[in-house]
Amino acid sequence: MESCPSIKNILLLDSEGNRVAVKYYSDEWPNNSVKEAFEKSLFSKTQKTNARTEAEIAMFESHIIVYKFVQDLHFFVTGAENENELILVTVLQGFFEAVGLLLRGTVDKKEALENLDLILLCLDEIVDGGIILETDANVIAGKVASHSIDAAAPLSEQTISQALATAREHLARSLLK
Amino acid sequence: MAQPLVKKDDDRDDEVDYSPFLGIEKGAVLQEARVFNDPQLDPRRCSQVITKLLYLLNQGETFTKVEATEVFFAVTKLFQSRDMGLRRMVYVIIKELSPSADEVIIVTSSLMKDMTSKTDMYRANAIRVLCRITDGTLLTQIERYLKQAIVDKNPVVASAALVSGIHLLQTNPEIVKRWSNEVQEAVQSRAALVQFHALALLHQIRQNDRLAVNKLVSSLTRGSVRSPLAQCLLIRYTSQVIRESTNDTQTGDRPFYDFLEGCLRHKAEMVIFEAARAITELNGVTSRELTPAITVLQLFLSSSKPVLRFAAVRTLNKVAMSHPMAVTNCNIDMESLISDQNRSIATLAITTLLKTGNESSVDRLMKQITNFMSDIADEFKIVVVDAIRSLCLKFPLKHRSLMNFLSNILREEGGFEYKKAIVDSIVILIRDIPEAKESGLLHLCEFIEDCEFTYLSTQILHFLGIEGPKTSDPSKYIRYIYNRVHLENATVRAGAVSTLAKFGAMVDGLKPRIFVLLRRCLFDNDDEVRDRATLYLNTLGGDGAVVETDEGVKEFLFGSLDVPLVNLNSLKNYDPSEKAFDINSVPKDVKTQPLAEKKATSKKPTGLGAPPHGPPSTVDAYEKLLSSIPEFASFGKLFKSSAPVELTEAETEYAVNVVKHIFDGHVVFQYNCTNTIPEQLLENVTVIVDASEAEEFAEVASKPLRQLPYDSPGQTFVAFEKPEGVSAVGKFSNMLRFIVKEVDPSTGEAEDDGVEDEYQLEDLELVAADYMLKVGVSNFRNAWESMGVDFERVDEYGLGPRDSLAEAVNAVINLLGMQPCEGTEVVPPNSRSHTCLLSGVYLGNVKVLVRLQFGLDGPKDVAMKLAVRSEDETVSDTIHEIVASG
Repeated sequence: MESCPSIKNILLLDSEGNRVAVKYYSDEWPNNSVKEAFEKSLFSKTQKTNARTEAEIAMFESHIIVYKFVQDLHFFVTGAENENELILVTVLQGFFEAVGLLLRGTVDKKEALENLDLILLCLDEIVDGGIILETDANVIAGKVASHSIDAAAPLSEQTISQALATAREHLARSLLK
Repeated sequence: MAQPLVKKDDDRDDEVDYSPFLGIEKGAVLQEARVFNDPQLDPRRCSQVITKLLYLLNQGETFTKVEATEVFFAVTKLFQSRDMGLRRMVYVIIKELSPSADEVIIVTSSLMKDMTSKTDMYRANAIRVLCRITDGTLLTQIERYLKQAIVDKNPVVASAALVSGIHLLQTNPEIVKRWSNEVQEAVQSRAALVQFHALALLHQIRQNDRLAVNKLVSSLTRGSVRSPLAQCLLIRYTSQVIRESTNDTQTGDRPFYDFLEGCLRHKAEMVIFEAARAITELNGVTSRELTPAITVLQLFLSSSKPVLRFAAVRTLNKVAMSHPMAVTNCNIDMESLISDQNRSIATLAITTLLKTGNESSVDRLMKQITNFMSDIADEFKIVVVDAIRSLCLKFPLKHRSLMNFLSNILREEGGFEYKKAIVDSIVILIRDIPEAKESGLLHLCEFIEDCEFTYLSTQILHFLGIEGPKTSDPSKYIRYIYNRVHLENATVRAGAVSTLAKFGAMVDGLKPRIFVLLRRCLFDNDDEVRDRATLYLNTLGGDGAVVETDEGVKEFLFGSLDVPLVNLNSLKNYDPSEKAFDINSVPKDVKTQPLAEKKATSKKPTGLGAPPHGPPSTVDAYEKLLSSIPEFASFGKLFKSSAPVELTEAETEYAVNVVKHIFDGHVVFQYNCTNTIPEQLLENVTVIVDASEAEEFAEVASKPLRQLPYDSPGQTFVAFEKPEGVSAVGKFSNMLRFIVKEVDPSTGEAEDDGVEDEYQLEDLELVAADYMLKVGVSNFRNAWESMGVDFERVDEYGLGPRDSLAEAVNAVINLLGMQPCEGTEVVPPNSRSHTCLLSGVYLGNVKVLVRLQFGLDGPKDVAMKLAVRSEDETVSDTIHEIVASG
């Protein structure tokens, strides 16, 4: 309890339970087959629940897991059994909102795979070795997007400024709320 | 790994489900990675290739050592590019590849250049990468930059340095501890997350210094902490301080309680919840202190967010265990949660209600639960059943309705675990509530009428045999029991025969009728059933005369078998022609080792990547295996076999683990090998052991494995001679040597010509604990007294700074390899001293008892007093030597 809140893994699966991008921070899952088994059973346990409007929560193999589904993407964040559930859900929220900003609102598997580099950078910016780095979706997306500035390709720069515009718009909306 | 993707697309051929990674293949991507070496770098293309590599890694693909090194070196070339996006991907892939120490040197200078760059993003990421891959020596070189970074005005850079500090504290504490001034400054940062990371690091640096933590908490609770996450941390640290100080100020107000209560009015929900939870977990919390926390949790119960509801109900559920009255105010909100979409929340609500409910509300509650039970999973039902059992024990007068409920759900569909939970509950209720006995037994009788689980049927029959004869009308159970003899499988039939015999023994009035039934069982087609019937007819005097059953027979029927079942395995070798079997010859001590091993293997999910281990690993099996090998037959009696030690990492080409067999004058290493490559057949497999670091050992024999086909484990052995009775220790390096032959996967036939090859295994150590058998004693004090002080040796040791007392205790237990007794291996949190009792049997079958007294000396230094008693003074001395040299 005295310890720093820590994240055990962040998973992004598709609507059939296959990996889009996953990141494990705990060595409780020693190898890939154990990880896949975990993902599979977690997926089958949660797939029937309705986690589209609000993030849902479950106890699973003595972990606390918060999750949210958007289109055909399933977002999961796992923490220890005695972790503060609301901290975990803050991380989850930061993750899927940042993905939403980076994919410019089109959050589905196809778009996610096409922009897998952004998703991976996004994961890299949220948690470092289990410790929460950042939870604010706008900041996360900002950090990822600003890095994609590509001097050689002005076209992509334009799309990035669009992304930033979306981010700004989103921020304004959240302030008005 | 791309396979599932392809397959999926085949399934729905008309729908275009395009994936940029469709048909991706490792070899091709590795080829593509050559673009990293182009003199004219194309950043976009390089980024794409890195993404592909990361995709492969993410899908679980592994790179061989050579491949990883190649990719790594190619990636380091990309530092030449000034493209930011590409650089960002380079950082990520370096972390994923986790290069080895000699490779790290290649990127160190590039990363150090980035660390001092003007671009914040470079600085932050270079710090994170470098700290992830660095070792201690490099750290001193970059320490200066890290200290600067901690107080950098850019929050991202500062956070990167602080988080890296938290990780490095595990490996290089003495270096990170030198940064506390900078970290202290960062705690005051205006950036929310910097404050959070700084606070986490500062606390970890000081966590063993109670005074410093106390000071930190008092100063911060007065000031304003901006970040909600940092505030949560502060609450955790505060409750730690409270926990440690309550002993001093039992009277009067609790220090810092006001701070926790103040946090209940924080604007962030995560802080409110953290504070509420902290209050409910205070030691000896009063109801006055609880009230404000319960009030905010109650508000959460009606939130629209499932996570909030879950968090609140889970906390209240815990509170209900110790303070049921404090939670009753929430009962109305709780009842509405029974219909919650999220079944975890509903179950927690139900069980909380069951804990807080009063006698009058039980019936109403049961009605609600009945509707609820039909649509939740078994795992939740088990929780509910447990809660109902405790409720029934609390309100014995309500046993009728609760017992009815249990019997109703017993009749419904359900898996084994669930049914077992119900049966266990009924059995406990019958035992503890006399009025519930008769109805409970009848419920169980009805259940076995159509129970599909043999285990449960036999358990219930056994229980009926004990409780049934004591009821007012035992005869009414006979019909249920005898029905089993007609309708069930052999195991249950045999159980039923035993139960009938028990009725016959206890109730004289029933004897003649029982005899009739037992005689019918003599014609059963199963040996065991017939044998039991014959045995009972004879012991009960079934030759017609109704005689008083004597005590010996009752003892035989009802007494428990006082030898562990595992030890009876020797019966399998029992030859009936010899003298009569004597139960007293069976050892009564449980050999703990096979049990421990069984536990270890059953915990692992089976078939999930863990390579199949060799033969069954119980001591008996080992003994049989070794004595069947002529080379080892002369070594005498096997003293101990260790648990398997892995010598390869998971998922390598060849999986090898080793079992150390200890004899009086010899040591045999049993290497269990598995070949995981379908295209290969290994022949003449041996392990070449280099014992140059184990001076007292001389190799005497080696038994190669002739063939090792794919996926069928085999063993090879190497034996060493060592001085008789001496617990020699040493380190052995191992090399697997074999002839490899290609196998045609279509025909399964191996080619004739093979190539000799070697495969480096990890080193193996023989330590003092290998000569110690874990054998527990039930009453340590008695054993200690009876051992006497003749060969007692007592001495004191300083163990130096340790993370905690528990860690020190564990270290000594592992060093000695002895069995902790009476649960003394568990150290209560925050205790300053601890006594641990150990027992074991040392090489040469010498019983050893150890009493360890630990104490904290200063903030972290652990001192230990070691008292050893054994049957042999040299062994007592040896134990001291082990500790002194460990």
